[in-house]
Amino acid sequence: MTRRILATLRRTAIHAGPTVLGIIVLDFLLLQLMPGDAADVIASESGVATAETMAALRERFGLDQPVLTQLMNFLGHLAQFDLGFSPRYNMSVADIIMSRLPGTVTLMVTALALALLLGIVAGSVMAAFAGRWPDRILSVVVLLFYSMPGFWVGLMAIVLFSVKLGWLPSDGSMTVGANLSGFALVWDRLDHLILPALALASFFIAVYARLVRASMLEVQRQDFMRTAHAKGLHPFFVQLRHALRNALIPVTTVAGMHLGNLLGGAVVIESLFGWPGMGRLALEAVLARDFSVLLGVLLLSSLLVIVANMAIDLLHAWLDPRIGAA
Amino acid sequence: MTAKFRTTRRAALVGASALALAGRLQAEAPKKGGTLNFMQNSEPQTLVPLTTTATPALTVGAKVSEGLLEYDFDIKPKPQLATEWSISPDGKTYTFKLRPNVKFHDGKPFTSADVAYSIQLLKTVHPRGRNTFANVTVVKTPDPLTAIFELSQPAPFLIKALAGAESPIVPKHVYEGTDPMANPNGNAPIGTGPYKFKEWVRGSHIIYERNPDYWGGPLPYVDRIVFKFLPDPGARSIAFENGSSDLGYRTPVALSDLERLKKVPSLRFTTDGTSYSYNVSTLQFNLDSQYFKNLKVRQAVAHAIDRELMIKTVMYGYATLCCSPIAPGLKEFHDPAPSPYKLDLKKAEALLDEAGFPRGDNKIRFKVPMDYNPIGDESRRAAEFTRAALGKIGIAVEVRAADPSAFVKRIYTDRDFDFTYNGHSNLFDPTVGVQRIYWSKNFKKGVPFSNGSHYDNPKVDALLEGAAVENDPVKRKEMFFEFQRIVAEEVPDIPVFSPLFLTIYNAKVHDHSLTADGVEGNLAHVWVDG
Repeated sequence: MTRRILATLRRTAIHAGPTVLGIIVLDFLLLQLMPGDAADVIASESGVATAETMAALRERFGLDQPVLTQLMNFLGHLAQFDLGFSPRYNMSVADIIMSRLPGTVTLMVTALALALLLGIVAGSVMAAFAGRWPDRILSVVVLLFYSMPGFWVGLMAIVLFSVKLGWLPSDGSMTVGANLSGFALVWDRLDHLILPALALASFFIAVYARLVRASMLEVQRQDFMRTAHAKGLHPFFVQLRHALRNALIPVTTVAGMHLGNLLGGAVVIESLFGWPGMGRLALEAVLARDFSVLLGVLLLSSLLVIVANMAIDLLHAWLDPRIGAA
Repeated sequence: MTAKFRTTRRAALVGASALALAGRLQAEAPKKGGTLNFMQNSEPQTLVPLTTTATPALTVGAKVSEGLLEYDFDIKPKPQLATEWSISPDGKTYTFKLRPNVKFHDGKPFTSADVAYSIQLLKTVHPRGRNTFANVTVVKTPDPLTAIFELSQPAPFLIKALAGAESPIVPKHVYEGTDPMANPNGNAPIGTGPYKFKEWVRGSHIIYERNPDYWGGPLPYVDRIVFKFLPDPGARSIAFENGSSDLGYRTPVALSDLERLKKVPSLRFTTDGTSYSYNVSTLQFNLDSQYFKNLKVRQAVAHAIDRELMIKTVMYGYATLCCSPIAPGLKEFHDPAPSPYKLDLKKAEALLDEAGFPRGDNKIRFKVPMDYNPIGDESRRAAEFTRAALGKIGIAVEVRAADPSAFVKRIYTDRDFDFTYNGHSNLFDPTVGVQRIYWSKNFKKGVPFSNGSHYDNPKVDALLEGAAVENDPVKRKEMFFEFQRIVAEEVPDIPVFSPLFLTIYNAKVHDHSLTADGVEGNLAHVWVDG
């Protein structure tokens, strides 16, 4: 078991290095294709410029250097685990990203956990009552979640829970300047987390529910299910231990791939809820043509996805012993 | 100044016989304490608008870094860090008496050395300061409380440029010997202002706290200002509705939401405190374009644009009709004469025929792409309005979208455009805000918001250059009127309207828009009920 896990880890780590390097170089080159540069953005925000300010800005951003030199500089810094400096924020890129990373990770992990939990519960219920009214009702709900974009779900949730009912806050990740501690602090954070996490999760809840329903129904017809029933096990445990465990393989596979999608969705949800995360940072960096920050975000995101895929591989190896052997 | 104001109010109270009046005045007495939740559309790059004039930095700047002067709604100067000032008759010497006993937040005294150093910095690193202070040869400091600006030529606009958000006075001891763009003061500023910097959580918020040692004591009233970053316009409307934001500047919500928000009982709206910076929105031609280099084509377009309908549909009525590059808000200089080209589609068609663009296949005269400056949310609607309007006279317009950086590069660096919907700030004076767009010497490739039309008229150049150094207000006004008449005739662009900016606030917030720059000012007087 341990050896198999180690082998999986080693294989993934070997793949990860070139993948990350490829992502960086490709990103860098793609970014060069975007019209306009950081100095243009700052001038357009200011609504005024002179030839001297433009030259000073370009020099400060290193934009007066040839493209290849810029790439080499970036890679050189990276080799020393230095993500560089953002003249726009007047801060090191690592500091900027680190200030945003916890927000995004919290949001993503909560959303994914919420999506898996609600999706699996809904899917199991639908499979257990296949064709009957609980299945029908849940199917409609799932279809709604599936077809409505996350930001719309988020907006409607804000209108309902924040504007009409006044139960939940509509923006930010905490009550600013409240100086809370202990339980009140945790409650305050949860209060702010629930709507964005739900909005981000809504689409994925639907995906997992349908996936679990389909694979549970497929598993029902397998021989080992008949054996389990024949042993006289309680139907609930048959479903939980035999049916669900097997139905989880496709769900975890898909969930691993969805992590990247969640990062993409986070851009929209974070903007909508004023959530201080990396998705919004990435969007701001694109609009600002702040390539040092953007490359940092992309690098970290790709690492995040690679780590998540590694975790999924390990999870698979545990769920189905046959997988790791391949 | 403040003290005097308060005495008068008290005197009025004593004189008042009716109890009801006393009661009302009492209800208006400022309350101490509380938090002001300030809506910040987007995160600023820096908290000191020294090397940038980006709007997000302007709203956070002056609370900490004050200016020499502040201005009433008509841009008449009032004391801030300077208590008295005088301008010599030849307009070349400005003498400022500085406020005594003012301390920076780190305890060091504020002196004329800080003023001299700040003006020098503004002259070298501020995007506008380079032009505003171009004529300032030296700032003399005969004693710690006197600063004298010596100018090579008169600069009649200079006295209006000294607000905190435009020309912040920064501590010399913090900036001396450093790169001003990289100075840590931009991230954690020290100033003389009513609020002290407390924290900046990137991506989330900024907190300023009351400065107990403020020179204007007992001001300020509120304990804390929280600037929350809300990048989504929909979320901003909601933040006003549910009361999580108290104050927002320059119409921070989508214009289409205003109707709904006006029905929310807790919300108030004002246009006070927006006179320091008027914008004019224009259809700007590229005079190098094969179509628009022809005066008749430009006149035809002018004849086809219905400004009133445009204000109604594109701006939901929140704009003032404007046929001049100088906004109606700058009353001193604005020429209210209507455009020489009235709405007249028949005449437009005739002009296009004369210009050699007859209707051809599908009754189309020619096809032309149009760009728009994406900085405001009305821009796209304005471009689409133009497409519909010009469609009627046989010009097929194709609207092109771009983000701010791509737009700026296309118009000013690549010059790969025919015409565009654009907006320019007039600021507080036409020499600062308008000259740059029409002055042929400011046609500079790669410099955003320069002379984008490539307009070149020696007579206009002479008028603009003359007005920039004309000390006699009457003559200066005449020069600007003459300038407006010429550009109205020659239509290098078609000014359409000047947007009305609304400050939206919760009824519990008081005394926030008392100066020309309103919410961009130092907010020393603001107070919050309950």
